[in-house]
Amino acid sequence: MALIELQDVTRSYVMGDVTVQALRGVSLSIERGEFVAIMGSSGSGKSTLMNTLGCLDRPSSGHYRLQGREVSQMSRDALALLRNRTLGFVFQNFNLLARTSALENVELPLLYAGVPARERHARATQALERVGLGKRLDHHPSQLSGGQQQRVAIARALVGEPQVILADEPTGNLDSQTSVEVMALLQTLGASGITVVLVTHEADIAAHASRVIVMRDGQVLSDARREPLKAAA
Amino acid sequence: MNFFFTLRIALRALLRNKLRSFLTALGIIVGTGAVIAMVAIGEGAKARVEQTFAAMGTNLLIVRSGSASAGGFRGGAESQPSLTWDDLRALQTELPSVRAAAPVLRVNAPVLSEEQNWATQIVGTTPEYFEIRNWRMSSGASLTQSDIDAGTKVVILGQTVALNLFGANADPIGQSVRIKNIPFQVVGVMEKKGQSAGGMDFDDAVFIPYTTFQSKIQPGPGKFMGGGIFVGVDPNAGTGKAERDIIGLLRDRHRISGGLPDDFSVRNLQEMASAAAQGTETLSLLLASVAAVSLLVGGIGIMNIMLVSVTERTREIGVRMAVGARPGDILSQFLIEALALSLVGGLTGVALGVFAAERIATSFDWPLLVRGDVVALSLGVSALVGIVFGLYPARKASQLDPIEALRYE
Repeated sequence: MALIELQDVTRSYVMGDVTVQALRGVSLSIERGEFVAIMGSSGSGKSTLMNTLGCLDRPSSGHYRLQGREVSQMSRDALALLRNRTLGFVFQNFNLLARTSALENVELPLLYAGVPARERHARATQALERVGLGKRLDHHPSQLSGGQQQRVAIARALVGEPQVILADEPTGNLDSQTSVEVMALLQTLGASGITVVLVTHEADIAAHASRVIVMRDGQVLSDARREPLKAAA
Repeated sequence: MNFFFTLRIALRALLRNKLRSFLTALGIIVGTGAVIAMVAIGEGAKARVEQTFAAMGTNLLIVRSGSASAGGFRGGAESQPSLTWDDLRALQTELPSVRAAAPVLRVNAPVLSEEQNWATQIVGTTPEYFEIRNWRMSSGASLTQSDIDAGTKVVILGQTVALNLFGANADPIGQSVRIKNIPFQVVGVMEKKGQSAGGMDFDDAVFIPYTTFQSKIQPGPGKFMGGGIFVGVDPNAGTGKAERDIIGLLRDRHRISGGLPDDFSVRNLQEMASAAAQGTETLSLLLASVAAVSLLVGGIGIMNIMLVSVTERTREIGVRMAVGARPGDILSQFLIEALALSLVGGLTGVALGVFAAERIATSFDWPLLVRGDVVALSLGVSALVGIVFGLYPARKASQLDPIEALRYE
């Protein structure tokens, strides 16, 4: 059984009088431990696909099974629980809470999971050490560089021990050197058995993935496995 | 997620915008403070009024002669002597609801000591007068029945008169004073009684036997009394019953039939006291309602700021939802924020209100009355205001679409 299974997923938005078809029947499956890059120009539906995979959005029709469980009809609370326990997010603009220390940012998912304070601290510290920020626990986002902020965000995605990390243009706001470092980090996570799904429009970033799915007009244009480029961290 | 985490998140968010939080809470602070202070002021004023009437004497009725009316001119109370000495005796003996009755004859005249003089009110009465007014001696002896019978030239001084004639430290007992050039011996000094509701000084008076008053100070109009009667009512009968009895008796004795008006008047102090107390109560209710409106305005302020806060923190809400916050978590976060604002405001307001009430009570010299139920009620109301006005913004936050929220610039 695949970890992620999409079957004929469509998603349409009503904007005023116009109905926009963002996804027009997407079927794909992703196995545990895969490192998948989703590419496509803007408007290709890759972001909508990402939001659907991330349980932030529900498909208009079709089926989405995560760990074998049908997601498309779940309540908002059930989706929140999935996001908390099974998924981790990394965003282009980091989306850290301002004026909040790195440690507390990383603790956030555990807070909503109801993890007691002592364990929360320990696990958040561990996650930050894992991304190489063990010495910057009490720094606020404004005191960190872009690359460091993205590492904090990755630590936050990691801390709940998720099955899948969803990264939406994680290197979009970073220079090329830092981008390579972040990709290297994501690759090590992939190697440790976490499934990574990455959305990007840059081919050299997508090259780090073991599988590249290209989207166009709300449909899968191509889906190819290949030898990933090793990021030299 | 448990309550204390939510509370911590809420408090931290509030502390981030200290000035804004303070200004928002200020609406509630002013509202609650005003309610507490206004109710305390109202209660204090009421207690003061009651105190004043209690000082006049409880269970007290004052019977006065009617007004003279000649050719359309009406002379006012006591301008027409209608009460007779026989009426007084009838009141004293015939009515079970009347415990005691004392004549009160008054004239204003200067009283002279060796070194000073003081114009005051000379009251001619009987020993029962002090009992009816529940007025004790400070030093010396009261009037006696033999003083009345013999018409002796003895006088009892009110505190104000004693102070003005003899100074604070001297003992006036046994000294001699002159009223209308007639020497009187001071036998006693009354306790301090204070002021009437109208500001009249009860202690600015001297008391002599009414017989002496009539023979030496101001001769009366024969069988008619030149003044009024203070009636002490039997507490078991009540002032209402006694008032009706007296009116009935006097109308009988004066042979006033059917629809003709009384030629005397009976003042029921109990009724006046409760009317006055009711007046202050209405006033304090009015003040409290105005204050309650400001509490409501404070609530609208909270709602306003919470709406701004939700908009400002849309991204934060999106992030929280992305990492697994349920709509309920977001709802309680913002609700607790609003509640914390209003409760902290309420507590501060109570403290300020009590402080203000205390200052006002001190400067007006009335008792400080901060009612526990009012404090609890205004705290409860400010909490309720926080919940009611926080609910809409909090709901709005919890219903945000996480994708939209994350994308919000």
